[in-house]
Amino acid sequence: MQCNRFKECASLLVVVLLICSSTKAEQSTTNATAGNEHGAPPSGYQIVTFKWHHVMDPYIIALWVLVASIAKMLFHMSSKLTTVIPESALLIFIGLLLGGVVWGADHTASYSMTPRLFFFYLLPLIVLDAGYFMPNRQFFGNFGAILVYAVIATVWNAASVGLSLYGVYLTGVMGELKVDGMLDFLLFGSLLSAVDPVAVIAVFEEVHVDEVLYIIVFGESLLNDGVTVVLYNVFDSFIAIGGVNVTGVDCVKGVVSFFVVALGGTLIGIVFAFLLSYISRFTKRVQIIEPGFVFVVSYLSYLTAEMLSLSSILAITFTGVCCQKYVQANLCKESATTVRYMMKMLANGSETIIFMMLGISAVDGGIWVWNTAFILLTLLFIAVYRVVGVVVLTWFLNRYRVVPLGFIDQVVMSYGGLRGAVAYGLVASLDEARVQERKLFFTTTIIVIYFTVVLQGCTTKSLVTWLKVKRSEHREPSISEKLNGRAFDHILSAIEDISGQIGHHYIWDKWESFDRKYLCKLLMRKSALKSSDQILDVFHDLNIKDAITYIAEGERKGSLAFIQTPDADQLVNVNFHSSKQSEVDASMSVLKEGASAVCLDMQAVELRWKNLQESEDVYTHHLLQQYLYKPKKQLKYKYGRHDITSTEDDAQEKEIFEKTMKRRLASFKSTKYGVSQSKKVSKHFKKDPSQKKRSDEMLSNGGQLVFHDPAFSDPEHPHEYEVISNGGSNFIPNVTRPALADTYNGIDNPAFMLNEEPVARQALPPWATNNDTVVLSQRARVQMPWSPNNIRRLMPLRLSGRSTDSFLLADVPVPEEHPLSFLPERTAL
Amino acid sequence: METDQCTLYYKSKTVNSALSRTEWIQLKEVLSFHDWKLVTLALPKSCHLSSHQITVSSSHICRLYDRFHALDKDDKGSLNRSDFQNISELAVNPLGDRIINAFFPDGMDLIDFNSFVRILARFRPVDQNPKKEPNAPEPINSRVNKLKFAFQLYDQDKDGKISKSELLQVLRMMVGVQVTEEQLESITDRTIQEADLDGDDAISFEEFKKSLDKVDIEHKMSIRFLR
Repeated sequence: MQCNRFKECASLLVVVLLICSSTKAEQSTTNATAGNEHGAPPSGYQIVTFKWHHVMDPYIIALWVLVASIAKMLFHMSSKLTTVIPESALLIFIGLLLGGVVWGADHTASYSMTPRLFFFYLLPLIVLDAGYFMPNRQFFGNFGAILVYAVIATVWNAASVGLSLYGVYLTGVMGELKVDGMLDFLLFGSLLSAVDPVAVIAVFEEVHVDEVLYIIVFGESLLNDGVTVVLYNVFDSFIAIGGVNVTGVDCVKGVVSFFVVALGGTLIGIVFAFLLSYISRFTKRVQIIEPGFVFVVSYLSYLTAEMLSLSSILAITFTGVCCQKYVQANLCKESATTVRYMMKMLANGSETIIFMMLGISAVDGGIWVWNTAFILLTLLFIAVYRVVGVVVLTWFLNRYRVVPLGFIDQVVMSYGGLRGAVAYGLVASLDEARVQERKLFFTTTIIVIYFTVVLQGCTTKSLVTWLKVKRSEHREPSISEKLNGRAFDHILSAIEDISGQIGHHYIWDKWESFDRKYLCKLLMRKSALKSSDQILDVFHDLNIKDAITYIAEGERKGSLAFIQTPDADQLVNVNFHSSKQSEVDASMSVLKEGASAVCLDMQAVELRWKNLQESEDVYTHHLLQQYLYKPKKQLKYKYGRHDITSTEDDAQEKEIFEKTMKRRLASFKSTKYGVSQSKKVSKHFKKDPSQKKRSDEMLSNGGQLVFHDPAFSDPEHPHEYEVISNGGSNFIPNVTRPALADTYNGIDNPAFMLNEEPVARQALPPWATNNDTVVLSQRARVQMPWSPNNIRRLMPLRLSGRSTDSFLLADVPVPEEHPLSFLPERTAL
Repeated sequence: METDQCTLYYKSKTVNSALSRTEWIQLKEVLSFHDWKLVTLALPKSCHLSSHQITVSSSHICRLYDRFHALDKDDKGSLNRSDFQNISELAVNPLGDRIINAFFPDGMDLIDFNSFVRILARFRPVDQNPKKEPNAPEPINSRVNKLKFAFQLYDQDKDGKISKSELLQVLRMMVGVQVTEEQLESITDRTIQEADLDGDDAISFEEFKKSLDKVDIEHKMSIRFLR
């Protein structure tokens, strides 16, 4: 519910944004018409007036956003369409269509994406999103490669394309162009040099390429925007000076400014990230505007960099990258969710608008100038030099990389060199007075964008699948293949985690220790600091504590979480906690009818089982397909822009984590209390499953034993529970005996009275008397009264096939129902 | 001049064997790990690890040793179970604990770097064009060895067979809580039926291998990192 509200707010914001950014030029005409209307003397008071011109611009824009959103919705209704054609291409088509409608209506292109709209409002949102959700570890792990591609490849692209075009121009194939000389071509080359984040992300995200590849192309496309803008500015100012007047000093200045602009932008980003993190530390009291800080400060970093003529894209990227850790820790959970949703919403929205505008802007007869040779050669050069650049740089990089980039990676990288909105924005901001062939450049850029986004975008997916799956057999895998295949995936990802595939870097380690020592203390709330410590650093003991509290909590909540696993043990358990009536019933029936058909739910289970047995392989396959845990690789990239909800993955992770912790808890206990003992115990009890169940109930519901009294005096098993309870007390004679004795006195049930003890002693299993050797830790002592119970329950894990979940459920008595009166040490703690 | 000595010491030791655990410890004592680059330089082009014909290039060894050291929280020079359990990703891997156990064969509690690498070496991609030597032992990263690793994860009692209960345990780890115990059992039965050729209600290694004939194990059980 809340999420929906956030979405609404966000969409409102987008509209507001657009209203604000509606073109200034239009506004003047609107004002003029509005003035005319007001100029005419009103013929009496009008209750309602129709003021179309008053709202026209924002109204139309809002309508278009609506249309784009609905179109997007429709694309996703048919899942086939978006798998064949990427969304970006579809949006361009919609844009073309809308533009065509407008063109058909009044033969002027009233709306086009102005550079101001793009650079000030649409781009920052996308880049911020990319930075904020950047997987830092991978990003910095591949930072070298990313930098090489972002800087060298971009410069190479700009230079090679520009110079080649100039060379061809000199041969005269293109005919006569009104250009100053080489500089115009270099300018053109530089504005086309950037691989666009918008386009690349949009396509790659849908293709799901390898993660290393993704992060490299993604990082490259983010950073090289900064590079492109700098290059563009350098060449632009050279042209302003005039090609002839450019001296060597100017060239040196250009190179210097290149580094100053890039590094300065980064620095600004880091400073603002620091500021933002620091602010977010103190926003506890104003939770409602907490998310706002993230957006405002990030946007300020963008504007500040722009103001200082530094790279604003790099600034906002690094703001996002650097602040994410602290901000996410500092904000309360709801605010963090809000930020996440808002950011995704805004980024996705502005991406939609950009692609649609790209379509709309193209429908304008005034801007098209055709020059076949120029356009085709540009397309050719862009493709060829991208390949050359990637191959050469990769060859160079692979000499130093531990994980080399393979042939397929290189193909995908070369092919993924999509050009997009940044090129458009830059070409649109060209000054026609300086660059006389602006229209030709504009036309070519649009064609390049369409060509790369639509054509390459559509084919990338099939290319990747074609390359990756060498021999795709369409054969239904057998069950064991499916099962084992999934197991292999898990094994592999575990081995990757163990071997540290991402790598373990000295610098990263240094940074982390610095981060922990100083930055976290400075930038994180104390509470956040604590929780992150708990989760990440101290592990073994704390996890066990977590597991205990988790189980206890599960019980306290009425074990609702466990209803899903209808093991006989649990069903009984659940019933016990839900109502006392059923407790008694269940325990009675356990005793009378045995374990299998204990309660009503079991019948349902039985029924399902029968159905299953009758059903065919299909069902099993379906079941496995649905419920087998997905390996890590198949989980969606968290930084994807198209899918916000990772709740399913989170739930899965949580589930596995709980299972693992329970297992570890079990084995931890067993080692602590002695393995051999628990084995004996298990043998002792394994003989009779129904007894086991009954004693489970009894122990987990110790406080309610009075109710069970008739049930437990079942003549068939007279000694069973005495064994357990007294076994427990004997197990720790020197520690808690007095306390336990006290408790016994407090219990009315005669079965627990001390006078029964001799009988019980006779029935003691050998292990229970032979306990002096066990040395107990402080913690173990504290938990002792549970331990016999625990040990017995450990049994199924180690020897029988019973579910781990089931036996541990009842492991820890419910703290609230039993105020642990027999645990003085615990209360002292 | 401590570091120089160490380099020399190390150079003399590089012939055809990776460092033993004690050697690593000695090395570590002399050399603080800030000088790790030095050791990297001193390493030969490729170390032969143990008798198995497996060559892991020096950069991989360094990388793995780095990792080994990072996992080794209190500088024991070896890893124990809790070191592995500290890897937070493993806690969310359904088979994580089984895999940790696979690193500790026969009730051992610690493993040294050498065995660590040897286990990981199974997951190297298979060489595209292996040199055909008639009497060469089977490489450790062969298909069979990869399968053996997987098989031992199932086969907990090490009797060479995956029994029904063993399979059920693994299955239970791998599926969500929504699936009922009965469904699990039914799946287990089907799986065993499918793979079981001699009708003993259990899957032997041969049967296991056979049932996965069509799966590209070489691809599925290889990590790029060790290429």
